[in-house]
Amino acid sequence: MKVVVCVKQIPDPNTTGQLDPTTHLLKREGVEVVLDPGDEFGVEAGLQLVEAQGGEVTVVSMGPERGVDAVRKALAMGAAKGVLISDDALRGSDALTTARVLAAAIRREGFDLVITATESTDGYTGVVPQMIAELLDVPAVTFAKTLEVDGTTLKVKRQTEAGFDLVESALPAVVSVTAGVNEPRYPSLKGIMGAKSKPLDRLTPGDLGLDGAGGGTAGQGITGVEPAPQRAAGSIVKDDGEGYKLIADFLAEKKVI
Amino acid sequence: MLYIRCCLDPIPPRYREARVNFDLSDEQRHIRDVVRDFAQAEIAPAAAHYDETGEFPYPLVAGMARLGLFALPFPEEIGGAGGDFISYCLAMEEIARADASCAITLEAAVSLGISPIVRFGSREQQQRWLAPLMAGQQLWAFGLTEPDAGSDAAATQTRAVRDGDHWVINGRKAFITNAGTDISAGVTITAITGSQNGHKEISTIAVEQGTPGYSQAPKYRKLGWHASDTRELIFEDCRVPVGNLIGAVGEGLTQFLQILEGGRVAIAALSVGVAQACLDASLAHSAARRQFGVPIATFQATQFKLADMGTQIELARLMTWRAAAAIDAGKSAAPWASMAKLHASEVATACANQAVQIHGGMGFMEESPVARLYRDVKINEIGEGTSEVQRILIARHLLRPYEVLEADRGN
Repeated sequence: MKVVVCVKQIPDPNTTGQLDPTTHLLKREGVEVVLDPGDEFGVEAGLQLVEAQGGEVTVVSMGPERGVDAVRKALAMGAAKGVLISDDALRGSDALTTARVLAAAIRREGFDLVITATESTDGYTGVVPQMIAELLDVPAVTFAKTLEVDGTTLKVKRQTEAGFDLVESALPAVVSVTAGVNEPRYPSLKGIMGAKSKPLDRLTPGDLGLDGAGGGTAGQGITGVEPAPQRAAGSIVKDDGEGYKLIADFLAEKKVI
Repeated sequence: MLYIRCCLDPIPPRYREARVNFDLSDEQRHIRDVVRDFAQAEIAPAAAHYDETGEFPYPLVAGMARLGLFALPFPEEIGGAGGDFISYCLAMEEIARADASCAITLEAAVSLGISPIVRFGSREQQQRWLAPLMAGQQLWAFGLTEPDAGSDAAATQTRAVRDGDHWVINGRKAFITNAGTDISAGVTITAITGSQNGHKEISTIAVEQGTPGYSQAPKYRKLGWHASDTRELIFEDCRVPVGNLIGAVGEGLTQFLQILEGGRVAIAALSVGVAQACLDASLAHSAARRQFGVPIATFQATQFKLADMGTQIELARLMTWRAAAAIDAGKSAAPWASMAKLHASEVATACANQAVQIHGGMGFMEESPVARLYRDVKINEIGEGTSEVQRILIARHLLRPYEVLEADRGN
C-alpha cells in the first residue's frame, strides 16, 4: 500500500517563537528548527502500516529549503521517498494554499492513505487535513487515536471529548492522528547514513501546475497582530481548614463540577 | 610542532577554508541530535538508578543497540553503519553527557571489543563474531591490563603455549570492561607466545565466553562507573583453537598500540560529555539557586567558574575533533589522540570539581547529579593510558627531531 505522510519543519517548540514586526510571520531564521513532534506520530503510523502490510511511505512537506532536514529525519526513520515543495511566494501561506500545494503533490505521488497530524505545532490552524481530503475528493477521518487497515477499509478509533468513536472508511482516505497514537521510533544511525541516498524531489508550485490564481501565492495577508491580553493575576487563598470550600465553590461557579 | 606551524603560516584564504572547517556535516548533525534526544530521554532519567544499584543497564544497552550505536564507525561492507569517527565521537559525547557508565560500556564494546576484530581479524573470524556484536546483542571485551602490567603493558605475564591445534592460556587480566555480563560473548587478550632475539613475543588471541578454563571474578567495587561491568579475568589451562589467533604471531604490541590510539580519542569524547554534563548542571543550578536575594549566577565568582568550564570544554571538544578528523583521513592520530585524551580528561575532572563547588552542600549529597559526575570522572585520567603515559608520548613526539631520547637514537 502507498502511504503519504505530510510533515512540517517548525521552530523548536522548546524555544519561544517570535513574530517578524513587518511581515507578522513567525521568524524562522536564526532559530533551531525541528521536524514537528506531532508529525513524528504520523510517520511512525505510516511505517507501522507498511511494515505490517507491505508498501512504502512517502513524506511530503511544504516549506523553505531548510525544511529538507525534516524530510531527511522522516527518511532516516524509514520512509522511502521525500518530496519538498519550496517557493518564496509560498512564504506565509494560509491553510487553503498549503492544502492545495500538498494535495497536488500527493496526487502526483499517488496514494492509498494520507496521514497527517491533527494540526501543526506552530500554526495550529487544524484545518489542513480536511482541506486536503476535500481537494483530493476522498473521506477525511480525523483525530485517530488508533488506526488499522483491513483490506481496503480504514478502521479508526476517533478521539472525542467523552471517549472515542469507531469509524470505518473506504480507502483511499486522509486520516489525521493524535499525539500518542504510537511511540515514534528514533531514526537509526544507519538510517541517517542511508537517508542521503533515498530519492528526494524538490519541487516548486509550478512543477505541480499551480501557477494560477490562489496557487503560487500565500493566499492571505496579515494586516496586524495584537498581543493576547495579559492574563489577570490569580487569587491566592490562605487555607485555614476551609480552603476546600472556596475551591469547590470556584469550580462550581465555572461549571466544572 | 608541526600542527602549530600549520596554523600560523600564511596560507592562501581559499586553501585555508577548504582545509579547516568546524561545521559538522548534515549527517553528523543528525546523528548528534538523534543520539542527544535518545540519551536525554532514555538514559539520563535512569542513570541514577543504575548508579545506585550497580545493576548492568541491559535495557539502556538494548536502546543503544536499536539506535545502531555499536555499528556506527564501521564500514557497511562488514555490517557497520558506515559512519565516520567524528560521528562516533559526537555520539560518545552525548551518551556520556547522560551517563558515563553507559558511555564506557559502548566505548569498550566498540573501540576495544569490535575494533580489533574489524582491523586485524580474518574474514572467517569477522563472519563468526561480528554480526551480533555490531547489533549490540552481544559484547566483546579487550584484555590487556594485568595485575603487574598496567602502564607497562609489555610486562604482560599471561602466556599462551601452542599444543597441537590449540593455544593453552594461563594468566590473569585486570580491570576488564564488558567481560562478565549476560551478553558477553568473549574477550580478545594479549599473551606471550614465545620470544624472538631475547624479546618477548606478544600475540593477540580471542577467547569465547564459556571456554573451559576461562572465568571471570565477581565485579569490582569501584569509585565510579557503577553501572559498567568491570572484572578480573582468570585463565587456567584454557584451551582455544589456533584459529583464534588475531593477526599473526608477535603482532600483539603493535596491534594494541593502534587500538588504544582510537580508544584514546573516544575517551576524550567521553570526557567532553561528562564535562558538558557538569556545565549543564552548573548553569541550571546557578541560575535557580538564590543567595543574598539573587541567583548565584549573578556573582562573578560563579560566572568565572562557568566561563572557564565553557572555554576548557570547547577546547577539549575541538582537540577531540582534530584527532578524530586525522583518523577519518586515514592518518595517524598521534600525538593529537594523546593530547585530546590528556586535556579532555583533566578538564572533565576540573569541571566536576567546580560543579560540586557551585552546588555547595547539595553537591556533596548523592541525590545531586553532580555527586555521580564527580565520582565517575576521575577514571578518565587513568583508563586507556594514564595522563602520565600521555605526557610521555607527547613529549617523545615533540622531542623526536632532537634525537635525545634513546628510542630515537638507537633504532
